[in-house]
Amino acid sequence: MNQETEGLQGATGTPRVKTGFAEMFKGGVIMDVVDAEQARIAEDAGATAVMALERVPADIRAQGGVARMSDPDMIQGILDAVSIPVMAKVRIGHFVEAQILQSLGVDFIDESEVLTPADEAFHVDKFAFTVPFVNGATNIGEALRRIGEGASMIRTKGEAGTGNVVEAVRHARSVLGEIRRIQSMPVMELMTYAKDHGAPVDLVRYVHEHGALPVPNFAAGGIATPADAALMMQLGVDGVFVGSGIFKSAPGATETTEKHRAWTKRAESIVKATTHYQDPDVLAEVSRGLGEAMVGINIDTLPEEELLASRGW
Amino acid sequence: MSDTPFAGLTIGVLALQGAFREHRQALERLGVQVREVRLPKHLEGLDGLILPGGESTTMAKLMVAYGFDRALPDAYAQGLPMWGTCAGAILVAHEIAGNPEQPTLDLLPITVARNDYGRQVASFEIDLDVEGLDAPFRAVFIRAPRIVSTAPDVHVLARHAGDPVAVRHGHAFATVFHPELSNDDALHAWFLRELVAHRPTLEASA
Repeated sequence: MNQETEGLQGATGTPRVKTGFAEMFKGGVIMDVVDAEQARIAEDAGATAVMALERVPADIRAQGGVARMSDPDMIQGILDAVSIPVMAKVRIGHFVEAQILQSLGVDFIDESEVLTPADEAFHVDKFAFTVPFVNGATNIGEALRRIGEGASMIRTKGEAGTGNVVEAVRHARSVLGEIRRIQSMPVMELMTYAKDHGAPVDLVRYVHEHGALPVPNFAAGGIATPADAALMMQLGVDGVFVGSGIFKSAPGATETTEKHRAWTKRAESIVKATTHYQDPDVLAEVSRGLGEAMVGINIDTLPEEELLASRGW
Repeated sequence: MSDTPFAGLTIGVLALQGAFREHRQALERLGVQVREVRLPKHLEGLDGLILPGGESTTMAKLMVAYGFDRALPDAYAQGLPMWGTCAGAILVAHEIAGNPEQPTLDLLPITVARNDYGRQVASFEIDLDVEGLDAPFRAVFIRAPRIVSTAPDVHVLARHAGDPVAVRHGHAFATVFHPELSNDDALHAWFLRELVAHRPTLEASA
C-alpha cells in the first residue's frame, strides 16, 4: 500500500494489518458453529473466534454431496449474534465465494479442503482481498505455497470430522520438523530445497533466518479433548481450531439443557487447556467430568476418496 | 545487554491469549527480562506488566477463572505500572460502552466501545504523532476499541481523527492500537522510561 495515497483514514488490507490480526488469535481456540446459539455458547466459553458453517465436517462426511460456502443469511445471523471475530469457509479456488464473504464483512476466510474443491489446480489469489485468509497445509511446501499466494495464517489439515488427532499430529510434526531442518541448513542448499518442495525460495530464506513461518501456524482437524489441544500446543503450534469436537460431543444427551451444559464445559476446558498447555495440574483439572466425547473415526478405515487432507495443490 | 538503560528490570506480559510473543520480543530487544504471566503467582517481583492484544472476552474469562480480577487491581494499587494494548486497553478500562455490566479491571478512568472502528476489513495502519516520541509512530489498528470518554485528569498522548488512542493516568497506560506489530520499539522504550524506570513509590501515587 502506497503510504502517500493512504489518506487520513490509513491503509486497510496491508500484509501487516492482515497477519497482525492473525497474531491476535494465538494461544486461543477457534470453534466451528452452525447457528447463532452455538456461536453464543462458543463466545461465552472463551473462543477467540467462531467459524460459521452450515454443516460441521462430521456431518459433511456422514451426509456426502457437494459442500459449499454457507448461506449469507446464516453467516449474517452469526455476525449479528456475537462480538468476537467470525470466520467462514470457501471452496478451494472459489474466489467468487470469497468476494461474497468479504462483502458480508466476515473477518477471516478459510479456503478449506473440508468443502468440495472448486478448482483442481489453483488456489485463490489472497493478495487481491482486504480480508485475510487461513489455509490448510500438510507439509512445509504446501504451507509456503499458500503463504506465497497471500495466506495470513496456516493451519494443519488433520483429518477433519474424525475426532482423531493423529493426522493433525503428523502434519504439525512434518511442518515444524522441516522448519527446524531449513533453519540448520547451509544457505547454498536453500534453492534446491525450495525446488524439491515446490516452495517459494524467498519464503524458504525467511524460514532459514527466523526459524518460523512468517504467519501464525495453528492446528486443526480431529481435536476433540483438552489433552488434544495441549498436545498440539506442546508440539509447537500457535493455537487450535476445533471443528466437530465440541458440538458433536455428548451424543447421548437427549435434553437440550444437558447438551448445552456438556458443550459449554468441553469448550471452556479446551480454552483453558490451550492457555495452560504446559501445566499438567491445570490439564488434569480441566479434563475431569467432560462426559462423552464425539464418537470418532479411525482414519485407516476410511477409503482414500473420503480423505479430505489430500485436497489442495 | 547490561549496557542498556533498562537492564535489571523484569517486565511481565499477560500470556493468557493473544500477541504476547511480539511484546516479549520488543521488550527483549530493549534489554529487559521478560516473564510470561499465566497465573497470579507469576506477578511476584515484576517491575511492570503489559496486557497484550487478543480477544478481550477470552482474556476476561480466563482472568476471572484464575483470579486475576483481584490480583491485578491489588498489584496496581501497590504501584505496579501496567500497559494495555487493544484488548488489554479494554481490560484496564473503567467501563465498556453499551455493556456496563461486563467486568473490567477499572484501572484507568476511560470508557471504551469494543470493535468501534469496524470489523477486520476496516482495520488499518497509519502514521501517528505521539507525545514524547521523536518520530511519527506507525500504528496498527485491528478491530480496535474506541475510547469514547475520559476522566478530566486522563492525559491524552495521541489522537486519531479526534479520538484519544494513547492515554495515561497514574501508572496505567493504554493504547488502542498495536505497538508490538510495528517493528518500532519506541513506545515500549517510552513505557519503560516514563512509567517503569520512574516508578512512583506507593506513597507518591496514593
